[in-house]
Amino acid sequence: MNITTMAEQEILLMKGNEAVAHAAIRCGCDGYFGYPITPQSEILETLAAEKPWETTGMVVLQAESEVASINMLYGGGGAGKRVMTSSSSPGVALMQEGLAYMAGAEIPGLIVNVQRGGPGLGTIQPSQGDYFQATRGGGNGDYYLIVLAPSSVQEMADFVDLSFELAFKYRIPVMMLSDGVIGQVMEKVILPPFKPRRTEEEILHQCPWATTGRRGGHPINVITSLELQPEAMEKHNIHLQAKYDEIRKNEVRVEETLIEDAEYLIVAFGSAARIAQKSIDDLRAQGIRVGLLRPITLWPFPYNRIRELSASMKGILTFEINAGQMVEDVRLAVEGRTPVCHYGKMGGIVPTPDEVCQQLISNFNIK
Amino acid sequence: MTQEIIIAGFGGQGVLSMGKILAYSALMEGKEVSWMPAYGPEQRGGTANVTVIVSDQRISSPIVSTFDTAIILNQPSLDKFESKVKTGGTLIYDGYGISIPPLRKDINIYEINAMDAAADMGNPKGFNMIVLGSLLGLHPIVQIENVLKALRKTLPARHHDLIPANEEALRRGMQLIAK
Repeated sequence: MNITTMAEQEILLMKGNEAVAHAAIRCGCDGYFGYPITPQSEILETLAAEKPWETTGMVVLQAESEVASINMLYGGGGAGKRVMTSSSSPGVALMQEGLAYMAGAEIPGLIVNVQRGGPGLGTIQPSQGDYFQATRGGGNGDYYLIVLAPSSVQEMADFVDLSFELAFKYRIPVMMLSDGVIGQVMEKVILPPFKPRRTEEEILHQCPWATTGRRGGHPINVITSLELQPEAMEKHNIHLQAKYDEIRKNEVRVEETLIEDAEYLIVAFGSAARIAQKSIDDLRAQGIRVGLLRPITLWPFPYNRIRELSASMKGILTFEINAGQMVEDVRLAVEGRTPVCHYGKMGGIVPTPDEVCQQLISNFNIK
Repeated sequence: MTQEIIIAGFGGQGVLSMGKILAYSALMEGKEVSWMPAYGPEQRGGTANVTVIVSDQRISSPIVSTFDTAIILNQPSLDKFESKVKTGGTLIYDGYGISIPPLRKDINIYEINAMDAAADMGNPKGFNMIVLGSLLGLHPIVQIENVLKALRKTLPARHHDLIPANEEALRRGMQLIAK
């Protein structure tokens, strides 16, 4: 929808899912492959309505399944193209084999997961139950994805380009871990400026590893995750681990709110961080000094920052819309320096800000 | 100022559209806005609801515990949301199909008969605009001019001939609540 205001940039009102689709077209995405599933079907619908193949030349394809989508990503990314797919929890579960292959073969690509309740087919309502799946991987072997957790429609738009930049910088699949709240909510958004798709020559120059058809006297490039010699596979793994260390060093992102004088800390990501934001406003109004730390990257996780903060906190509440997944990482960071507890709901039930306030007060016996 | 509003009724009554038009109107006024649907397997005849927040400040959570204003269009929604209205808040409900009216004494309750009014006007599809008009008659969250602008922006051009009928419905709603 095109709503213009007095501002220089056009401020639009749209769903998080729609913002992802528009941002993809604008940031030079070469191809989208996906299969419809609630609560993210607007991504494919918006792309189909916008017909970017007529403007930027971006390919939009409804694949026959999620397994097909992720393998199309393997092919497109292997050729140096900026390619993406999107799905929701059970659909992303189907993609795990392909993700491990992409990680092993060092193929860049963007996977958007708009989470819903699980396990299995679960419900269609919002959830954050795929934290483990995203940060630990459902695929095999020693690999990680970079995982970004948008908490607004604006970040749904902004993180698309960021994901592609990171994916190509490190030759790694990047996941945007969103959920049904951020996918379905309509908020104000300013879309990123248009940037053209990369030309074949630019890809040839920027991605010397890509399977571009040996034009320009290129050596033979092989994209594979298979290696029959264990010594060679070990060497490849050591290389991957060094890359992951580099990412841990460079790419941790957090947002901190009212931390300076805080006695208590809430750690929350994505939509839960938005709910917690209102909770801390309400708690502060009651005179309780509480701050919010929002991991923006779930992998790499902000262990060091949480460790630093834990020394001065009387208690830390991890709030997630699941049974307690990120809380394990928070505990690893805190190492027993201060009490850590979890609050969350499962199956598609979204807690309200009041419930989070009550949990903080009751867990830490705040008078 | 922040207004946290729930609009709830049957699927097919235009609950989500009403919320969307309110949200677009607020955007026209340069306000902060969020529109969060309960997007379950809603369908015509089932229940549907949407939370709309309009504010002068950045909106923290699109999910809220309680509401300043509830617009209630059927009995199941009344049962679910009457207790969620803040003390001193507002509950507007359409009397059609309500067998157990709201009982709370600590909120301001207004019954409208938008269903009857829509039938009187010969414009049954204008029902949700009558309801929206009632809300705006009580709380001028947005100017009616901006609602019309929002309609012009959100309706496909082929439906722009319906805008005068919508305006009429909005103004009828404002009169209903003024009585």
